[in-house]
Amino acid sequence: SLNCVEWSLLPPATEEMVAQAKQLKGRFQGDPSFEYKYTEINAEERLFEDGKEPMIKEESRLVATIEQIDRAVGIIPRGAFVKTPLGSVHENRNFEGLSLTEAKKLSSYFHFTEPVNLKNKTLLEKADLDPSTDFLDSLEHDIPQGSWAVQLEKGGTVVVLRSLLWLGLTFYHVPMTKQYGYVYFGTGEKNLDLPFML
Amino acid sequence: ERGHGPYQPHEPGYGLYQPGYSPYDDQIPDPNSRMLAIQNAKAYLLKSSTTSGLNLYDHLANMLTKILDEQPTNAVDIIENISKDVKWAQFQKKMDTLRDEHEILPTFEAAEKRKALFLKANGERNEELEEEIGESPLPNVMETAFYFEQAGIGLSKDESYHIFLALKNLISVQPIQTCRFWGKILGLEMNYIIAEVQYHEGEEEEETEEEEVIEEKGKGMGEVEDEDEKKEKDEPPKSTYKPPPVIPKEENGTGANKYVYFVCNEPGKPWVKLPPVTPAQIVCARKIKKFFTGRLDAPVVSFPPFPGNEANYLRAQIARISAGTQVSPIGFYQFSEEEGEEEEEEGGGRDTYEENPDFQPLSVAEMVDSLATWVHHRQSILNQGRCVWLNPFQKSEEEEAEEEEEEKPEEPDEVQREIGPPLLTPLSEDEGIQNIPAWTAQPSTNLIPQHAIAVLQSNRWPGAYAFASGKKFDNIYFGWGHKYSPENHTPALPLPVQAEYPSGPEIAETRDPTLEEELAFKAAREEALAAAEEEEDEEDVEDDEEDDDD
Repeated sequence: SLNCVEWSLLPPATEEMVAQAKQLKGRFQGDPSFEYKYTEINAEERLFEDGKEPMIKEESRLVATIEQIDRAVGIIPRGAFVKTPLGSVHENRNFEGLSLTEAKKLSSYFHFTEPVNLKNKTLLEKADLDPSTDFLDSLEHDIPQGSWAVQLEKGGTVVVLRSLLWLGLTFYHVPMTKQYGYVYFGTGEKNLDLPFML
Repeated sequence: ERGHGPYQPHEPGYGLYQPGYSPYDDQIPDPNSRMLAIQNAKAYLLKSSTTSGLNLYDHLANMLTKILDEQPTNAVDIIENISKDVKWAQFQKKMDTLRDEHEILPTFEAAEKRKALFLKANGERNEELEEEIGESPLPNVMETAFYFEQAGIGLSKDESYHIFLALKNLISVQPIQTCRFWGKILGLEMNYIIAEVQYHEGEEEEETEEEEVIEEKGKGMGEVEDEDEKKEKDEPPKSTYKPPPVIPKEENGTGANKYVYFVCNEPGKPWVKLPPVTPAQIVCARKIKKFFTGRLDAPVVSFPPFPGNEANYLRAQIARISAGTQVSPIGFYQFSEEEGEEEEEEGGGRDTYEENPDFQPLSVAEMVDSLATWVHHRQSILNQGRCVWLNPFQKSEEEEAEEEEEEKPEEPDEVQREIGPPLLTPLSEDEGIQNIPAWTAQPSTNLIPQHAIAVLQSNRWPGAYAFASGKKFDNIYFGWGHKYSPENHTPALPLPVQAEYPSGPEIAETRDPTLEEELAFKAAREEALAAAEEEEDEEDVEDDEEDDDD
């Protein structure tokens, strides 16, 4: 939506869209039908392969960016979702929030996507995990180290995590309550300079 | 833990593992012994636990009561949690009689700090307040926050109000003429809240002591170098590297140092004054891109090495952001009428302006449509790092005297004079980045144009906003403190390796002669020797003949 009054449904993201959108740089224009043209060196090769001009519409780029952000930095507190022995994942109704000490640690937050690193943990670490709640990747091992900024706001009643990889992604959680969530306000560009900035 | 041990389902009830408990017989043959078995079972259930004083029977009863009352769906899945909750409820009751040490919540501590803000300053300034109410330097933060809120930018009301009170504190402590809430810069551990301040004339603390000390040290180094030169030439070759002349920083009160900045991490914490910025810091800050940690004394590790710690880096970024994004509607400020003395050495940049008493505000639609209706009211910073260009090779008298003693260095090429855009240039002259304009203007709402305000977002410094509505306008910054570049940041490459010694014949290696050359050389020498011997022989013979004659 452009004015918060009229909303249009975005198509779901496909892998191809994501791959194409990764190559685009620069700001969004604000017009969903704007068409980007690639300015790549090997654009000629592409022409031969596809037989069509490489253009991508802004709304695909938008969809792909949303998908990338969700995948990379969409996070939930530990315990908010549980996995049943059958394999399905759903919300934990008994989740009462993290405690204040837990909330300050990065290891109590998980990425809300398919786990990548879980199997790489040592057997010793795996023994400590609770399979019903610890089935996702934790934030501790994010590369590069320190790509999250944890802060307590409002006198310690709200924990705010800000992602430094996607500048503008903010996750909030009120400890000892069920409230948590994340929002993104920003230009929609990945911060590739992160290793230089830390 | 309960639940991990092996179940023995034939036991009556899933119980806590009771040490010393003997398993019950699972054969119950006839009714009499069944009654006995039931009684035994109940007795067992009523048996109190040695550790917590509860018994299983009551606990199960409570749990079942709770389940039947609440009737949650899928109770069997969450039964362990229900049990835990019931136990926890029991636990809490007991705590009422025991008064442990009152846990001090961090929230409470934070609130205590903020409380200090809310207390009125003790009656010292009460008399002066009445006179100064008309001219209070305190900015109306709440009003600004209200306008920005319409555009969707800003902090929560709570925080704005706290900042308001913190600024009031600042004003009562320091002799300040004008004050403005500049914005908030986010950091890794803590954030910075920044206030832009101008002192009353003449009341500023002077930090010339530090500068004098540094200059003396510099002169001391110069003398040591002279002595080295006069030593023998066996010393390793003296480095001919002369560091580029240090460009002096601008005076406090002009150019990049026109305003003084105070920062604090949170409202309620004491305000810290940031040191004035030097051109070297600005030049270096342009080349690096680092996150702020939130601690002013943190070192900034980067290449090229930044001269200073985080406080200096912060000040340099603030200077760059201010120079690039502080804008006002056209006509609000005008140059002062007096032509005054334009110093010829420093060029024609006018750096003073004053409010235009005849300012006619433009309508919001005009402000939004064209960027020419906004102007910069801060001087931009040149490549050199200053706002007013200074020829670094102007030698003062002292330096000339020293140079006569030393060898004369080579005169570097004439440095080109740098000119920046003059003050009060409209924004339409700002160059965009690739094909993005430097600023984006929008009205705050399309629905109620009478009360809309014009909002300006900077694309070069994401996070810088400005608004204008009638005669009011303001600028603010909320962000991480970095410039926007669509290309990735490439750090400066390290300098090329410097030549250690000037190459010359004395240290240059020559090729070893080959075998033929050696043989040829040897043959030539032998010939020469033979020729010399023949001559000697002849001489000897002559001498002998002479002797013989006698």
